[in-house]
Amino acid sequence: MSAPVTMRVEEAPPLTALRRKDLLGIADLTPEEISLVLDTAEAMKEVGERPIKKVPALRGKTVVNLFFEPSTRTRTSFEIAEKRLSADTLNIAVASSSVVKGESLADTALNLEAMHPDMIVLRHSSSGACHLLSRICRSAIINAGDGMHEHPTQALLDAFTIRERKKRLAGLKVAIIGDLLHSRVLRSNIHLLTKMGSDVWVCGPPTLIPADIARFGVRATSSVDEAVTGADVVMLLRIQLERMEGAFFPSLREYFNVFGMTDARLRRAARDVIIMHPGPMNRGVEIASEVADGPYSVILDQVANGVAVRMAVLYLLSGGAGDEAAA
Amino acid sequence: MPVVMDADRIGRTLTRIAHEILERNRGIDDLALVGVRTRGDHLARRLARGLREIAGTDVPTGALDITLYRDDLMRHAVGPQPLVRRTEISFSIDERKILLVDDVLYTGRTTRAALDALIDFGRPRSIQLIVLVDRGHRELPIKADYVGKNLPTSLEQSVQVYLQESDGRDEVVLQQGGAA
Repeated sequence: MSAPVTMRVEEAPPLTALRRKDLLGIADLTPEEISLVLDTAEAMKEVGERPIKKVPALRGKTVVNLFFEPSTRTRTSFEIAEKRLSADTLNIAVASSSVVKGESLADTALNLEAMHPDMIVLRHSSSGACHLLSRICRSAIINAGDGMHEHPTQALLDAFTIRERKKRLAGLKVAIIGDLLHSRVLRSNIHLLTKMGSDVWVCGPPTLIPADIARFGVRATSSVDEAVTGADVVMLLRIQLERMEGAFFPSLREYFNVFGMTDARLRRAARDVIIMHPGPMNRGVEIASEVADGPYSVILDQVANGVAVRMAVLYLLSGGAGDEAAA
Repeated sequence: MPVVMDADRIGRTLTRIAHEILERNRGIDDLALVGVRTRGDHLARRLARGLREIAGTDVPTGALDITLYRDDLMRHAVGPQPLVRRTEISFSIDERKILLVDDVLYTGRTTRAALDALIDFGRPRSIQLIVLVDRGHRELPIKADYVGKNLPTSLEQSVQVYLQESDGRDEVVLQQGGAA
């Protein structure tokens, strides 16, 4: 039924819709839009707890999962989210596509567009690949990770997991430790957490700290103890050997000795600290098994929440920007 | 803006419906209330309190959000999606007699969506429909089992239900030139 609308003049009404065509990054989102995605994800999480984990919301919509980089977790998570919303899904992985025959990203996308999908979920090794598709495609583009730029749904599921445990984001000390230079997860998380009022610390070897990181409103340190002290959330980032060209630190063993998260290092954190990792984990490099499998770890909650958050994003974007003429 | 039901009238109506539920179902066994968000869930909780006062037993009560089941969700080519709220049904509906509660019965499309949503939760023995106001103009073959008030309306009018829990007052208002 129609709900009566009560509006107070002095404050804007809470956001009820995401008026966008694409989700390219967290950088363009407002705090209200972020809250809307997280609130919607709470409703979506309940759908996944039902005996029949499927709702007809995206019936008749076609979603293409276009992955130019290997991914198990993110692709599977998107696919489950799409299926729970009753969308028709199509997975295209790089090894089986025309890309190996030399087709450009733009041509691949335009050929897919000719078959009228409603949304394209794109993972690509080049930063900005999603922005390119967003300009040339009518379909909604969802960034599932582009190069070293952004991975917005990961940051949203991280925020959802933190909010689920801590009931808030503002005022929390969040320490993000690991490969800061190559991490799109870091960039999206910094945008999101600073917008939502968290106190963000980043920590890694000096060679892996971007020079201009302080510009983003975070505090950088190479001392794990300083980063972890009093932290409500400790997020470890994967050492991305595949993106490293050159020697950033002497050895993986030395990295673990100086930066690896162990029970001993965690004692400086808040007593109810939570440990997060976007996966896949390198056990014994950025995180010790005792921590990964320990009582403070919410790493598997992150994976579970990823489905709910992606359902929320798919649902909210399926309405389009709202200000265009009907297509 | 004529007020068609005030707080007293709403209270008495819900008490009457609680008695009708007990009479019709010969007691309270296997009953469960499910309210359709956002106002049916408040009404469901009030009916649960009413049933406890009369019969002395608690009836399991849940809240259902039907947004993801709406038949107009993907019909508009472009347009922002309506807000989704949480469904909270913490009990099994299998083999229960479900009392589905909504504030206003109009086209019947919300009820259709609610029936589809409920069936995804299990296989109830039966579903009965309770509405505070039936304003007519059905577009689907749906009929309420318990009606608080039959209110003849024109298509141009709109019926607004205000409840203490969400709006700070209990009132049903008939408006000309429906805002919704």
